[in-house]
Amino acid sequence: MEILYGMITPLAILGGLGLFFGALLAIAGRCFGIVTDLTFDKVRAELPGANCGACGWGTCDKYAEAVANGAADINLCSVGGEEAAKKIAEITGKDLTAPPITGRAVVCCSGGIHSERKFHYIGIEDCLAAASIAGGPLSCEFGCLGLGSCVRACPKGAISIKNGVAVVDPDKCICCGLCVDTCPKHIIKLIPKDATTLISCMSQSTGGVTRNLCSTGCIGCKICAKACPSGAITVENNLARIDYTLCTSCGKCAGVCPRHLIIVTDANVSVAE
Amino acid sequence: MSFASVLSIMISCIFVENFVLVKFYGICPFLGVSRKMGSSVGMGLAVIFVMTISSLITHAVDIFLLIPFEITYLRTIAFILIIAALVQVVEMFLHKFVPALYSALGIYLPLITTNCAVLGSAIVISQKGAEFGFIEAVLYGAFSGVGFMMALVIFSSVRERLEFTPCPKAFEGLPRTLIAAGLVAMAFMGFSGLKIF
Repeated sequence: MEILYGMITPLAILGGLGLFFGALLAIAGRCFGIVTDLTFDKVRAELPGANCGACGWGTCDKYAEAVANGAADINLCSVGGEEAAKKIAEITGKDLTAPPITGRAVVCCSGGIHSERKFHYIGIEDCLAAASIAGGPLSCEFGCLGLGSCVRACPKGAISIKNGVAVVDPDKCICCGLCVDTCPKHIIKLIPKDATTLISCMSQSTGGVTRNLCSTGCIGCKICAKACPSGAITVENNLARIDYTLCTSCGKCAGVCPRHLIIVTDANVSVAE
Repeated sequence: MSFASVLSIMISCIFVENFVLVKFYGICPFLGVSRKMGSSVGMGLAVIFVMTISSLITHAVDIFLLIPFEITYLRTIAFILIIAALVQVVEMFLHKFVPALYSALGIYLPLITTNCAVLGSAIVISQKGAEFGFIEAVLYGAFSGVGFMMALVIFSSVRERLEFTPCPKAFEGLPRTLIAAGLVAMAFMGFSGLKIF
C-alpha cells in the first residue's frame, strides 16, 4: 500500500500539471489564437526565396506578408519576374497592371588599371573601408575601387573583378540591386535587361580633369550625342547618358567615342567605325 | 525586502554567478546567436522575459506542490513541462496583444522553450529552498536574464571584431570563437569571491 501510494502521488501531480497546462494551452489557443491568412503561404510559395530585398521589404517572407495584407503592389519582385507576378495576381485576385521591372546591374566604370592613383592603399580589402580614406586610392572620384564589396554583396555570385574593375555577368544577375546599395562610389546602375549599349563611366568632372586622370573616362565631348540617330544620348554635367526608351542599340555611339568607353554587349550589333 | 538584498542578488546574478560565463549554462545560444549584435539583443530580451515569469511559476509549483508532497526528485521534468507550456502561452499572448514585441523577439521566443539557462535558473532557485521568497525568485530570474543578455552582447561585439581579423585557416570559425569565449569567461572569473553583504 505504501509503495502504491508513493507511486500514485507523483503520477497524479505530474499528470495533473500536464493536464492543467494542456488545458491552459487549449484555452489560450482559443482566446489568443490568430487566424493566419492562407494567402501569405501561397504567395510565399511563389516567391523565389532569394531574400535579396529588391522589392524593398527585406525578405521574401516580409514581402509576402505585405502582399497578403494588401500593403504592397504585386509586381515588385524583379527576381521572380512576370511569371511569379502572374501567379501572385491569381492568388490575390488583383489585376497585374504592369510587369515587374526586370533588368540587370552594370558597373559604370572601365577605369581600373587605366586610371591614375593618388596613393597606394594597404588595408582591409573592402571598398567601404578604402573609400573612407580620402575617398579611396583612385584619383578619379567616380572610379571603381575594385576591392570587391559588390562581389561579396551579390547573392548570386554574378560579379567578378576584371582589370581592377567590377564586372557583372548579365546572365547571372537577378536585378536585386544589393550591389547598387553597397557600392560606396554609387557607380552601379540598373539598366533594362535587353539594353546592349552602356556608357561605362560616371565621371562628372570636367573634360580636362577626367582626361588627366583616366584614359577611358568620359570627357563630355558630345560626339556620341551628335552621332546618335535617335537622339537617345544627352550630355549633362560632363557625362553622356543613354535614354534606354529611345536607344535602338545601333552601336553608332560606340564607334565614334574617342575614349572607347561605350561598350556594346550584344554580339549581333557591329560597331560602325 | 531591503535594498541591500536586491543589490546583492543583482551583483551576484549579473557578475559573480553569471549564467553563461561562470556557470556555463546556455552555451548553445551563446555561440549560436552571438554572431550579430542585433540578434543577441533580441535573444537576450526574450530570455529576460521568459526567465522572470518562469522563475515565479516554477518556484510556486516547487513550494506548493513538489516540496509538500515530497516529490522534489521530479523537479527537472516538472520544470521543463512548465517552462515549455509557459513559453507557448506567452508566445500566443504576445502574438495577439503585443505584436510589436512579438515580432521583435521573433524566432528567439520559441527557441527558449528548451534553453538550459532558463531551466537552470529555475533549478538554482529551487535549491535555495523554501525560505527564498517569491520577490527574490522573480528578481533572481530577471537579473540572471540580464546577466545572460550582457554576456551575449559583450561576446557578439567581440565576434564582430574577430570577423575582420586575419587568423590561421585551422582556427577560423568555431575554434577561434571558443577560444574567445574562454578568454571572456576568464575575465569574469575575476568577479568570483566578490561578496557585498
